[in-house]
Amino acid sequence: MNINLKIWRQKSDQKDGGLRSYRLENIDPNISFLEMLDILNIKLVKEKKDPVAFDHDCREGICGSCGFMINGRPHGPQKATTVCQLHMRAFNNEDNILLEPFRAESFPVIKDLSVDRKSFDRIISSGGYVAVDTGDVIEANSIPVAKEDADEAFLSSACIGCGACVAACKNSSAMLFTAAKVSHLSLLPQGEKEGKERVVNMVATMDEEGFGACTNTGACSAECPKEIAQTNIARLNREFIKSKI
Amino acid sequence: MTQFNLFSKAPDGELYTKWEEYKSNLKKLTPKEANKYKVIVIGTGLAGASASATLAENGFNVHAFSFHESPRRAHSIAAQGGINAAKNYKSDGDSVMRLFYDTIKGGDFRSREDNVYRLAEISKNIIDQCVAQGVPFAREYGGLLDNRSFGGVQVSRTFYARGQTGQQLLLGAYSALSRQMENKKVRFYSRHDMLDVVLVNGKAKGIVTRDLISGKISTHSADAVILATGGYSNVYYLSTNAMASNVTANWRAHRKGALFANPSFTQIHPTCIPVKNDFQSKLTLMSESLRNDGRVWVPKKKKDQRKATDIPEDERDYYLERIYPAFGNLVPRDVASRRAKEVCDEGRGVGPTGYAVYLDFQKSIEEKGEDFIREKYGNLFDMYQNITDENPYKTPMKIYPAVHYTMGGLWVDYNLMTTINGLFSIGESNFSDHGANRLGASALMQGLADGYFIVPHTAMDFLAKEKPLEKDITDMPEFVDAKKKTEEEILKLMKVDGDLAVDEVHRELGKIVWDKVGMARNERDLKSALEEIPKVKEKFWNQISIPGDDKDVNQELEKALRIKDFIELAELMAHDALDRNESCGAHFREEYQTDENEAKRNDEEFKYVAAWDYSEEENPKLYKEELKYKNVKLKTRSYK
Repeated sequence: MNINLKIWRQKSDQKDGGLRSYRLENIDPNISFLEMLDILNIKLVKEKKDPVAFDHDCREGICGSCGFMINGRPHGPQKATTVCQLHMRAFNNEDNILLEPFRAESFPVIKDLSVDRKSFDRIISSGGYVAVDTGDVIEANSIPVAKEDADEAFLSSACIGCGACVAACKNSSAMLFTAAKVSHLSLLPQGEKEGKERVVNMVATMDEEGFGACTNTGACSAECPKEIAQTNIARLNREFIKSKI
Repeated sequence: MTQFNLFSKAPDGELYTKWEEYKSNLKKLTPKEANKYKVIVIGTGLAGASASATLAENGFNVHAFSFHESPRRAHSIAAQGGINAAKNYKSDGDSVMRLFYDTIKGGDFRSREDNVYRLAEISKNIIDQCVAQGVPFAREYGGLLDNRSFGGVQVSRTFYARGQTGQQLLLGAYSALSRQMENKKVRFYSRHDMLDVVLVNGKAKGIVTRDLISGKISTHSADAVILATGGYSNVYYLSTNAMASNVTANWRAHRKGALFANPSFTQIHPTCIPVKNDFQSKLTLMSESLRNDGRVWVPKKKKDQRKATDIPEDERDYYLERIYPAFGNLVPRDVASRRAKEVCDEGRGVGPTGYAVYLDFQKSIEEKGEDFIREKYGNLFDMYQNITDENPYKTPMKIYPAVHYTMGGLWVDYNLMTTINGLFSIGESNFSDHGANRLGASALMQGLADGYFIVPHTAMDFLAKEKPLEKDITDMPEFVDAKKKTEEEILKLMKVDGDLAVDEVHRELGKIVWDKVGMARNERDLKSALEEIPKVKEKFWNQISIPGDDKDVNQELEKALRIKDFIELAELMAHDALDRNESCGAHFREEYQTDENEAKRNDEEFKYVAAWDYSEEENPKLYKEELKYKNVKLKTRSYK
């Protein structure tokens, strides 16, 4: 298949960027989207041109490194799929494909399609953990956890921190990301004790980092490659209100 | 040249009490004393994150480096199946001794008894630690932890979180690390490559790094350096490792005097999605846990073109069940991989290339129901369907072996210290616990054992005997010189003005290593690899092209710096495989096999760890650590 790419090129956060057009011919529909970009980059290198910078690593949809906008959607057109798991068969011959970085004030552009999401780490640092030192613990099976709770906590903890939720949100809110961590820990007995402090601190950091407010549009959850449910946000709100009582 | 006398430093005494006794005799520092020391940790996967967090809890000032944006993106995150622990929750006769024995046997008697026993012992603490952190392991309806089986063992001791165990364990270690970042005990340097280790008076006192955003080369000094930089499977180009996983930190340490042990011990994982075309950038693993419910088979007839579902039962060869009635589909990885290669070489492979075998869930679905299978492996089935466009609930998966893990790595003693004083190596980056073949669900166990429970004690002991640096010493000539050499090397790379992308050279290297130092090896091929690899090296230094600026984000330069080291490592792997005139575990030399095509070990001559010293001009020099077995009897490994 042949495709026409328009890709956002930007040297750094300090410089202006713009769209550039590239055409690729005879692309095998069974290769992955990132393999298609590899082909483009090898071509650019051979022409002594600067290849397109993008983040990626595991290419198994789990490390959360990859992610950019494809035709206006984070991670592209396929539901519950990271860019690295997207294949060219999701597109048609002669399609125009527009690639842009995730756009959010809290995710400054590093170069081209690569953005800086360290603000997510700072949210986790402010409370996304159980305060327990190595070795200072009790026997694992002495803390039974109902299967439903463990399963629910697992679903929340499956977040890969890619930032698609922020990119999908018109307010650039990090609510789904934060709520997933708050939910994971508040669903388990281990995380309960610090619950109040955790939610207050994590929400405060989220605000300090410049993420927008949540207006419950649900775009985050709809675009989340790991299908983190919107109920997590309701749970965060409940935890937040509880902390005020 | 330094002469090495390889001594594991494991204390004498009873295997069962050795570690506890040893640990209690190690020197301690109070948090106030520890606060005077600075420790550099490279890598933030399971080993690095757990070590950084624990050292910080103990009072040390930790500077943690990763080439990733966030510690959570390290490749440990991709481990699927599970983590072993000798908890014996299932009362199926499991014990520390049994886990110890399974691991030694699984490694085909090429690992150190003392290290492996300690690992088995610590396995129980790991589960306690992770549960306390809130790792959402799978549970039974009664609320207790669930277990499943893995290859090479007959008990159920693997703890798991669906097919995302590595992710959940890493998020646990990352949360402990994040807590110490908030406490200002850990400073995290994101997007930094380590390009050299700096020695002062023979001791590791710091590193050289490149900031991947600004391109700036910096030096950092510390009282000790810990490498937790993972394995080197990407030397094969195609592997299940993440794209940027590399050997550079280890290799640079090797060049400075850290011996590299058993480099040719590389694990080929039996259940990966087969290669489909020339553009393939990486391979995807399907967890070994699938072999609990999936049955491996190929058609009895050669070149059978029928659809899998059209081939009747009596025309299928469930070859693992046939050859190994006791372990069946759950034989260890090396055995399953080699047998898959064998049936494909016979012409009975399936799929468009003929290099694949079926992994069939039909029987389990009939017996246990589709929901049961979905609950256990749902995400793996989805991933498979996404990549191959085939529905594994309806038609069997096609799988083929792929490079997955490297048992070899930097040589370390019982304290996990390399042959460079003050330089430690933990997790996959060292060689220590898996011998010639690693059992499933043991990598996560080793990473966390090293990071949470071993290196914090042994590094503290080392530091307690060291005077802490009073100030930053990066103005010393050793640092200035190392920085200058790194800058010169980058300049030299930027000046090569050819027309090849570094990926193209990497692919060529990978093909040589896969064909000749891969699943089956022989003298002729290994010698020819030693002739071909230098040609790849020459090509690399004369024909690559790195556009752009080195003082900027430059992903091609990042790759070039890594591939340069992979090329040198590939040569060492071939030397190592050539030296070892026996078959053991994953190292299968075609000249040395039994009548039933099983690995034929030679304990008389090769019961040693091969640790290699680097030399720029000559061939690498081999040092041997003789392995002593006092608690297990050396046997021919059998899974029949």
